[in-house]
Amino acid sequence: MNVGLAHYLTVSIILFCLGLLGVMTRRNLMVIYMSLELMLNAANLALVAFSRFNGKLDGQIFVFFVITVAAAEVAVGLALIVALYRRRQTVQVDDLTTMKL
Amino acid sequence: MQDILFYVFAGLVLICGFLVVANPFSRSPVTSAMFLVLTIISLAGLFVLLHAFFLAAVQILVYAGAVMVLFLFVIMLLDLKVEDRRRLKVFSIVTGLGASGAILFMFMRHLLHAPLVGQSATLSEGATIPLGHLLFENYLLPFEVVSVLLLVAMVGVVLLSKKELK
Repeated sequence: MNVGLAHYLTVSIILFCLGLLGVMTRRNLMVIYMSLELMLNAANLALVAFSRFNGKLDGQIFVFFVITVAAAEVAVGLALIVALYRRRQTVQVDDLTTMKL
Repeated sequence: MQDILFYVFAGLVLICGFLVVANPFSRSPVTSAMFLVLTIISLAGLFVLLHAFFLAAVQILVYAGAVMVLFLFVIMLLDLKVEDRRRLKVFSIVTGLGASGAILFMFMRHLLHAPLVGQSATLSEGATIPLGHLLFENYLLPFEVVSVLLLVAMVGVVLLSKKELK
């Protein structure tokens, strides 16, 4: 069977679900952040696949922007994690319960 | 040949992605980061198979190069070694598996019945020149906005990582 759009979308969906699983189960902020990157990458793969099989390049431009925004987001997020670690000496989400009612 | 390569890269992406999230041998964030690098490189391989050559290069340069180095820097800066073995909560595992399983199920059910007609259309070629034309003609304003966003992120990071906020 020829590899088509459906195959790429399947890979993308499974990768997205893996990222979601990581965000929901892991307790380390760094690993949660990496799982977020995984989800972003899954969306990128779906966009590139759509772009390829629709014969338009706009999807790839969108992926280009997603990568740029992800880089900015990672920089800010990691700075926040470092600031948090300085104050609380932990990156485990279990220990960060100040805002819990 | 291309089909075989697709299966190789897709398998690598999924296996490494799984090892990022749930590595049975090590819970250290460094191994997660390393497997994330492998995932990103295999994704770049998939991009090449989709003829998105420029994006594959950007993916490796920006993600595997810049973003992952930032991750590793922060992991080493924080010096995380005490918290290796914590008990995972059963509740969170059950809800996580339930949520992602439900999303997977719904997507796959629709994917199997969706009329994907893309095969008949002309396939796009993601070379640098047409991509550049599109980026700097149709998408010039978003491009400039993104540059402002990067500036904002840079200023924010500098402000956040100062020792004393006044």
